[in-house]
Amino acid sequence: MIELQHLSKRFLDNVVLDGVDLRVDDGQTVALLGPSGVGKSVLLKHIIGLIKPDSGDVIVDGLHVPLLRRKELAELRSHIGYVFQAGALFDSMSVYENIRLGITDETCYRDDGYCTDRVRECLRLVNLAPEVAQKFPAELSGGMRKRVSISRAIAGKPKYLLYDEPTSGLDPVNADVIDGLIERLQQEIGVTSVVVTHDVRGAFRVADRIALLWQAKIRAVGTSEEILQSKDPAVHQFLERDLEMAVIQSESDDGSHV
Amino acid sequence: MNGVPVALDLRRYVGRWSLRTAGHAGRFTFLLFDMVRGLTEWRIWLPRMVEQAVNTGYGSLFIVLLVSGFAGAVTSLQTGYQFTGQLPLYVAGGVIVESMILELGPVLSGLILAGRIGARYAAELGTMRVTEQIDALESLGRSPISHLLLPRVIAGLFVIPPLIMFADTFGVLVGWVTAKSTLGITDADFVYGARYFFRPLDLWYSLIKSYFFAATVTIIPCYIGYNTQQGAEGVGRSTTAAVVASCVTILLLDTVITKLLLG
Repeated sequence: MIELQHLSKRFLDNVVLDGVDLRVDDGQTVALLGPSGVGKSVLLKHIIGLIKPDSGDVIVDGLHVPLLRRKELAELRSHIGYVFQAGALFDSMSVYENIRLGITDETCYRDDGYCTDRVRECLRLVNLAPEVAQKFPAELSGGMRKRVSISRAIAGKPKYLLYDEPTSGLDPVNADVIDGLIERLQQEIGVTSVVVTHDVRGAFRVADRIALLWQAKIRAVGTSEEILQSKDPAVHQFLERDLEMAVIQSESDDGSHV
Repeated sequence: MNGVPVALDLRRYVGRWSLRTAGHAGRFTFLLFDMVRGLTEWRIWLPRMVEQAVNTGYGSLFIVLLVSGFAGAVTSLQTGYQFTGQLPLYVAGGVIVESMILELGPVLSGLILAGRIGARYAAELGTMRVTEQIDALESLGRSPISHLLLPRVIAGLFVIPPLIMFADTFGVLVGWVTAKSTLGITDADFVYGARYFFRPLDLWYSLIKSYFFAATVTIIPCYIGYNTQQGAEGVGRSTTAAVVASCVTILLLDTVITKLLLG
């Protein structure tokens, strides 16, 4: 289970998260929606301990992430797969080496036979041909890079998968492929997932529950039906994909009062 | 009236500068501790270190020899210009050998390597930082120190001192050949002069400096590259900062070591 309790984070004068509470039960997929720049990725990085909160707590698998020592954090991270927004593939390594680094069990990592089989299996899970393993990230399309990034994240057989904007920068067809992939991985390997996205349609497709991050707080959280029936105007605006415009409008309104 | 805001600004500037400097000092110290702790993970850094050492050493050999060769030739010519007719010719042998071993070989090689290796390390690590590759490594439960920093630093410590010794030797040889052709010094006179002024401490001094310079041109750029922020512009800034900081540190260390060992 992943649990965020009163999580707060600011960068200089910019309050990014202000008392955020969120719970993701085992086996669940939660989509975290919100406009660009609202702090969704920051929230995700708190879960894996890449950013420390100013206050509040992050509990993963019963462990308090901000209090973990280096080794304990590394051990916890070996059970979490993280799909970065831009892939974050190691560009000096082949796809094979990238995915192999995702094998977090050291005994398995040193076994060449196991690694070859596991890399092939991970590529199959994301619908990529085994020959892709020999290529370098620069030789792949954006969609393929995302899929390799997902392969690397699942190579260590994680208990949790965190996706940071998995469909951003992709055309609708490729975005659909990735959404389908997330859905299928959820069914095939049964991980607990958090998907950070601003793609409303994709979120409704892959998630059991949806949370909306709005002005540094969780504005709404619930199943897709509950979100659709929400009377909160911010939720409605976002669902109609007008939220970013609303942000700009509210900012200019604030400015006019000064 | 105007004095107050200026004084406040100055105080704010000094305060920010002090905080930033203290922050760097703290992070740098922690990084050094992390590197020492990471030495136990030799299974990770050793294979990568060999790769880096080959790239760094082989790739830098030509430029280091080129620079030391020119330095040897110029020293020889200037010695001739200053001393011909004033002092016995064998003195040129001593001046060329001592200048190359004590100062020109280590310092010029150090400065060139700060540009070549330091810039490369800072740009590589900076790019990895801004493209989240370092975060990705951490997210996989792997240590960026053992995977990225230690192989580079240890490779530098292995490769740079021999490079500087090669530079010393090559500079002396080129200086010798130049002295023979321009000053008309005989081999016997050159060797006599070189041996007359030479002390074994000179070689130790050169070697000790080369280790300090090796640490400088690897650790400082690794630290700066590792802490890069703000995209492509940040990578550019880190690369420049790494070269400048390494060069200044080399000159500073040169003075301090000279004072301590020879002063």
